Amino acid sequence: MLKARVKVTLKKSILDPQGSAAEKALKSMQYPVESVRIGKFMEVVLNEDDKDKAEKIMHEICQKLLSNPVIEDYSFELEG
Amino acid sequence: MEPKIWRDMGLSDDEYQRIEKLMGREPNFLEVGIFSVMWSEHCSYKTSKPVLKKFPTEGPQVLQGPGENAGIVDIGDDLAVAFKMESHNHPSAVEPYQGAATGVGGILRDVFTMGARPVAVLNSLRFGPLTEENNKYLLDGVVSGISGYGNSIGIPTVGGDVYFHSSYNGNPLVNAMAIGLLEHKDIAKGVATGVGNPVMVVGAKTGRDGIHGATFASVELSEEAQPPAVQAGDPFMEKLLMEACLELIQSGAVVGIQDMGAAGLTSSSSEMASRGNSGIEMELSLVPCRETGMTPYEIMLSESQERMLIVPQAGREKEVEEVFARWGLEATVVGRVTDDGMLRLLEKGRLVAEIPVKALTDEAPVYHRPSQEPDYYQKLKNTKLENIELKDSAENVLLALISSPTIASKEWIYRQYDYQVGTNTVVAPGGDAAVLRVRGTSKAIAMTTDCNSRYVYLDPYIGGILAVVEAAQNIVCVGAKPLAITDCLNFGNPERPEIFWQFEQACAGVAEACRALNTPVTGGNVSLYNETLGQAVYPTPMIGMIGLLKDLDQVLKNQITSEGEQLYLVGEREGELAGSEYLSRFEQLEAGSLPEPDLKEIQKRLDFILEGNKQGLLLAAHDISEGGLAVCLAEMTINCGAEINIESGNQLKVLFGERLGRIIVTAPKEKSAALETLAREYDIPLTHLGSSKGKNLKIKVAGQECLDVPLSQYRPLYESAIRDIMES
Amino acid sequence: MKIGVVRFPGSSCEVDCLEAWRLVGEDPVMIWHQETSVKGFDLIVLPGGFSYGNYLRPGSIARYSPIMEDVIRFAKSGGLVWGISNGFQILTECGLLPGAFLRNVGLRYICAPQYLRVENSDLPFTNQYEKGRLIQIPISHGEGNYTIDDEGLKRLQDNNQIVFRYVNTDTSGNPNGSRDNIAGIVNKEGNVLGMMPHPERAVEEIIGGVDGKEMFLSVLKHWEGRSQGGA
Repeated sequence: MLKARVKVTLKKSILDPQGSAAEKALKSMQYPVESVRIGKFMEVVLNEDDKDKAEKIMHEICQKLLSNPVIEDYSFELEG
Repeated sequence: MEPKIWRDMGLSDDEYQRIEKLMGREPNFLEVGIFSVMWSEHCSYKTSKPVLKKFPTEGPQVLQGPGENAGIVDIGDDLAVAFKMESHNHPSAVEPYQGAATGVGGILRDVFTMGARPVAVLNSLRFGPLTEENNKYLLDGVVSGISGYGNSIGIPTVGGDVYFHSSYNGNPLVNAMAIGLLEHKDIAKGVATGVGNPVMVVGAKTGRDGIHGATFASVELSEEAQPPAVQAGDPFMEKLLMEACLELIQSGAVVGIQDMGAAGLTSSSSEMASRGNSGIEMELSLVPCRETGMTPYEIMLSESQERMLIVPQAGREKEVEEVFARWGLEATVVGRVTDDGMLRLLEKGRLVAEIPVKALTDEAPVYHRPSQEPDYYQKLKNTKLENIELKDSAENVLLALISSPTIASKEWIYRQYDYQVGTNTVVAPGGDAAVLRVRGTSKAIAMTTDCNSRYVYLDPYIGGILAVVEAAQNIVCVGAKPLAITDCLNFGNPERPEIFWQFEQACAGVAEACRALNTPVTGGNVSLYNETLGQAVYPTPMIGMIGLLKDLDQVLKNQITSEGEQLYLVGEREGELAGSEYLSRFEQLEAGSLPEPDLKEIQKRLDFILEGNKQGLLLAAHDISEGGLAVCLAEMTINCGAEINIESGNQLKVLFGERLGRIIVTAPKEKSAALETLAREYDIPLTHLGSSKGKNLKIKVAGQECLDVPLSQYRPLYESAIRDIMES
Repeated sequence: MKIGVVRFPGSSCEVDCLEAWRLVGEDPVMIWHQETSVKGFDLIVLPGGFSYGNYLRPGSIARYSPIMEDVIRFAKSGGLVWGISNGFQILTECGLLPGAFLRNVGLRYICAPQYLRVENSDLPFTNQYEKGRLIQIPISHGEGNYTIDDEGLKRLQDNNQIVFRYVNTDTSGNPNGSRDNIAGIVNKEGNVLGMMPHPERAVEEIIGGVDGKEMFLSVLKHWEGRSQGGA
């Protein structure tokens, strides 16, 4: 079994309403914050031991379901 | 067994002795745990039972009174309404979003368990003043939680009420009411009968969340109190569960069904067996668990949400499984109904607990708590208010009152709720009561929640009466006839005699008003120990009332829509300063003696309005509550001004005095004479106030011009007060 | 006309849509999401609600429901598909319509009356309105903030694909931050419509208005025209 740690973030060009709200709050609390972007973190455990195959499956999963390529980017790391 | 064990679970030493006696032996750890939740106030009503017995619970309209998951009233044509109100105060204080969300989830399960399809949710909320950040945080979280759960499950949140008062600092009240519709033939009950019938757990898997939540709900909040893991709601799961349960109930395969709410599998199994005068045996290793290595203790006490216990007819297990599978849910046989009156629990065949069911449900101790009139009562009652005069110009007072969060529009809150889904909402939030049509008939049901706890604090008996009166007024103001109530009784620590006195007195008042207005109590919920660091909340017996409109076309608005409408006051011209919003805000005083309401007279006035509406004499109606007549008029004239002339009276008491039993109605000019004649027939006081006109609210009292405000000035204040505070 | 309303687990406006169609004299059918064919239907409605709890992203899981494969085929062959609210989100997730949704700018759910301007009245869904008319149709959503890149937006504008825009008559205006005030769009061919407001909630005075009714009548009008044309 392999575990994939997936990060899904909004594309840079997309306005992030949640991130903007958090950014505003932190700034009003006087923290030296430049910007905040909020994304998602997911863990996927695969019934697959071959790293190359797993990588291919993960790309497919991310493109099909876990992210929406219209507004989001994804990245993942595999670990054993 | 070490005393520390049962004490930590919230049992007193006497209670433990009683358990030993009932068991005839020393109970094991699991058994003590089961007793501790079943004998908690939340499940056993050990303190409140003697008081609740005094409620009127019967009437020709009542199909199901207290004791089931929800009450049911008949609305004719073989249709009925199931409804119930419940608190989720302590979980909401700890985690406002999930606390409120799971409160909505729980009350919905109570309603669909009865075989009714939920059609509406209302919420009765109390917070400390919004001048404090923590209260803003709680309001925001609670509203988001209600919105998140209710919107997602697709049942409209159509109303409720919200007050802000410092007594709720740190201990907000979150009471949710659900209303469902059903046909008489589909009424389901929480009973386990038929020896050999299977016992099935359906819905979500069991996890370690909320263990000992029922006990937690029954202790005061303090800095040291260790809250249990807060349960998280899954509205999607609940929606599937609801659809599956309703489908199953309609198939006729169900003998009994019950929600796993507080005290989870423990209370659902023992209560079902108790009602069925049977026993239940369960193999706990069969219960689907979300986490590994859960002990029998954890399985029995888990409060994981979105689970139900079902007893189907033997041989129809497959059918149950199929219905649930269609909705993507599990249904698992975990035991069977027996005839020996025991709750018997096995773990992989090994006996781990064996308790007589009746010992858990009927043998719980009943406490007749000492009761004592608190010191403040006479003192506040005898506070002289005669010399109090209007502090500021009437205009400034009005503007201050309508922009105070308790009175101001709650739009910021309800626009976060989907109040329209189902396309039956005829009167949306903002009306005196919400109105939903009943599809396929000409009928509609009206619903409201009410309680002015300042009145209850000043005089619990009269305040209890007034909570019911206000609910009835709101129901009548939309043109409906009051049918029955559910209640949610929120009080402080009943072990303190003065708190128990408040409880007794308030319930006596509620009972009295329900008898007089013919609105029996069909069930409800008691929430005691609402205290933070020794400070109790104001006594708050929340009333949830249901009413029936036979003809949907007769629904009344609470606002003036056009010029030339004739305004009338039903009831006394002057109100009282005792317990008024004016007194609290401008004199920082919450005191005075509330006049005892004449319930016969109030009933007559309500009947007059219903009859006037039936005869087509009325256009709008709005009851006078917090802030008095001037505030009531301002709320009615949001779209069109009015010129009012009140011939005599004390300016302050006429404009801002409060006294329930007073309602402003409007009539078209050509019906004025008929309305006045009808008032004489009913022998009720009816005063012509003036007519709708222009874009200002102008009020003259005793010949003196005292108020002239353009609605362009007060409307924005009224509409944006809460938003301005919350989004600043 | 044979109308099908798809019920996904978690849908909540499917019955409201059925009732609205009944009100204009039709006899619509509910289609369970696990069915695999929409053969024989003339219109498919994807209703509002919280399909699959709107977990992950609204519409992202429903888009893989068994029925959707055939709905996509149906749409691509010119069949009428009408997504309302969550249905609109599903249509963008499966690529039948461009763009995507973010949370409302205020980060709060909004249920409120809303004014819209009809920007394109030459469609099967809007032929009973005059172009430019202001109509009041309620919105009810938490993630209705429509977003699309510059190029995509230009294509929508150039092809007259923007059907409804949020407008301001007293207080509301753009309620959720949607790009270019977009409340509803069609595909290039004009047979697939997605809109966030709920027209099925605006078909009777008693529940608050009738401005949505013309949409249902538009579809019927279009259908009559087509049938008489022998198509």
